[in-house]
Amino acid sequence: MNTLHIKNLRKEYQGQVILERINLKVSSPEFCTIVGASGCGKSTFLRLLLGQETLSRGELLLNGTPLPAEPGPDRGIVFQRYSVFPHLTVLGNVLLGLELQDSPLLGRLFGAARRRAITQAEATLRAVGLFEARHKYPAMLSGGMQQRLSIAQALVKQPKILLLDEPFGALDPGIRADMHELILDLWRENQMMIFMVTHDIKEAFELGTRVLTFDKVRRDPQAPDAYGATITYDIPLGKGYAQNLAAIIAARAATEAFRAKLAAEG
Amino acid sequence: MRRLLNQQPGRFSALCLSALPFLLIIIVYLTASDLRLADNPNDKLLPSLGSFKEAIVQAALEPNRRTGEIQLWSDTAASLQRLLLAVAISALLGLMFGIATGVIPYFNAGLSPLIAVLSMIPPLAILPILFILFGLGELSKIMLIILGVAPSIMRELHLRVIDIPHEQLIKAQTLGASTWQVIWRVVLPQLLPRLLNAVRLTLGSAWLFLIAAEAIAAESGLGYRIFLLRRYLAMDTILPYVAWITLLAFLSDYLLRVLSRRLFPWAAKT
Ligand SMILES: Nc1ncnc2c1ncn2[C@@H]1O[C@H](COP(=O)(O)OP(=O)(O)OP(=O)(O)O)[C@@H](O)[C@H]1O
Ligand SMILES: [Mg+2]
Repeated sequence: MNTLHIKNLRKEYQGQVILERINLKVSSPEFCTIVGASGCGKSTFLRLLLGQETLSRGELLLNGTPLPAEPGPDRGIVFQRYSVFPHLTVLGNVLLGLELQDSPLLGRLFGAARRRAITQAEATLRAVGLFEARHKYPAMLSGGMQQRLSIAQALVKQPKILLLDEPFGALDPGIRADMHELILDLWRENQMMIFMVTHDIKEAFELGTRVLTFDKVRRDPQAPDAYGATITYDIPLGKGYAQNLAAIIAARAATEAFRAKLAAEG
Repeated sequence: MRRLLNQQPGRFSALCLSALPFLLIIIVYLTASDLRLADNPNDKLLPSLGSFKEAIVQAALEPNRRTGEIQLWSDTAASLQRLLLAVAISALLGLMFGIATGVIPYFNAGLSPLIAVLSMIPPLAILPILFILFGLGELSKIMLIILGVAPSIMRELHLRVIDIPHEQLIKAQTLGASTWQVIWRVVLPQLLPRLLNAVRLTLGSAWLFLIAAEAIAAESGLGYRIFLLRRYLAMDTILPYVAWITLLAFLSDYLLRVLSRRLFPWAAKT
């Protein structure tokens, strides 16, 4: 089990306070979903966890030791877009993580080591349903497939923490539902800690075991930059996977029924 | 009747239209040439087709009486050698500079202002300095081409590195990549098709600097030859040489384009 301690985190950009007084303790496997107004600092929070940005104040401890101040293989990320490598095939994209780890100079594997890595990468691709497309280049994939690929890339490194920044925001509703099932499956299998930012409250409650809302509690009309957002609600849902999936299926059935009714009424 | 800007020529008429200006030029030339030659059979300004043919045979097929070399081929070899060497070195410099400054902030801070200033210097203005420093041999000609094209390749590639979404560099780091591995597996492969493109775009100026350098100081080369023949008003050889240079420039552009498409199939779709 991994435990992440966030102690009195604060982030400012050139005197503009974005986040302040954030205290949180999360243990794996927990699926935290993050909601909040646009521009309140959700992506900034993920970038801090990732090590892409440095804290202005406070501490980030993973199992008691400070998180490295730069991105590394213990934390995986899926951005909304642009995080797959266009010059590599689907298989090559997933293989890359394994190749980099075992071949510091060339970043490539050969012979038996390569075959082992391919077997592992193909297993991950099967898990996200991209096995058939493994020889295609990303430009030939749909948006949903690209996001699956980005998830597969992160998973193959078995990160302790997986960060998702609106990963399904650009997808249409039918594909989003498939992706929800996929991410829950993967989370249950890999038992890691997930932080997922979303604009969709329904998605946040359906997927998360814990919902975090970000907002400003203190405001000074004379100095709008003086205070930042913090976690205003920390809602433990504690749902097991099965209940959660049942809720999704029920919600989806209800939505479908409603749609059918609308269609029937013209 | 649709507006003129909405009317598209068909495939056949487009072909005819594109051939038309060339035909017109040829007709105008032949008429003018005939008129001048009828006036004065020794006129050298607009030679007839017959004298072109003679000059081409002499330059491209018959060995030179003094050196035993076939003039067109030895000139072409000399020029292409200079051009290829200089362009290859420029491409390599551009690649190293573009990656170093695009990926590593310390290199960017240290080198970018220097290159920005260097690229403002008109290369031909420092040609005399090159001749003084490196003599009149091959080195100064190659240096001129490099100074002429390398800065723009460098800056172009720097911009293309910056264009790579930052998400990719972050993602690579979460996959465990070191700085070197990010460069080697993520940045460099994505830069190669852009390098070919940058080279294509600078070939025009590479030819310009090559011919300028050869015109001023050389004993061989296409540029040397046409400037030498100018003294004898040998239009019957100069014009075919110009056509040949144009053909070479066109072919090198075409080859780079085909090469890019062959080598980097993933780049075409993005
Ligand atoms: N590098 C930066 N320099 C200065 N200000 C920044 C920087 N990055 C983000 N900000 C500011 O921080 C605030 C929070 O940005 P952030 O992207 O974290 O918001 P968000 O909650 O993810 O919004 P959205 O829901 O629209 O994605 C914004 O006001 C933004 O202008
Ligand atoms: Mg955001």
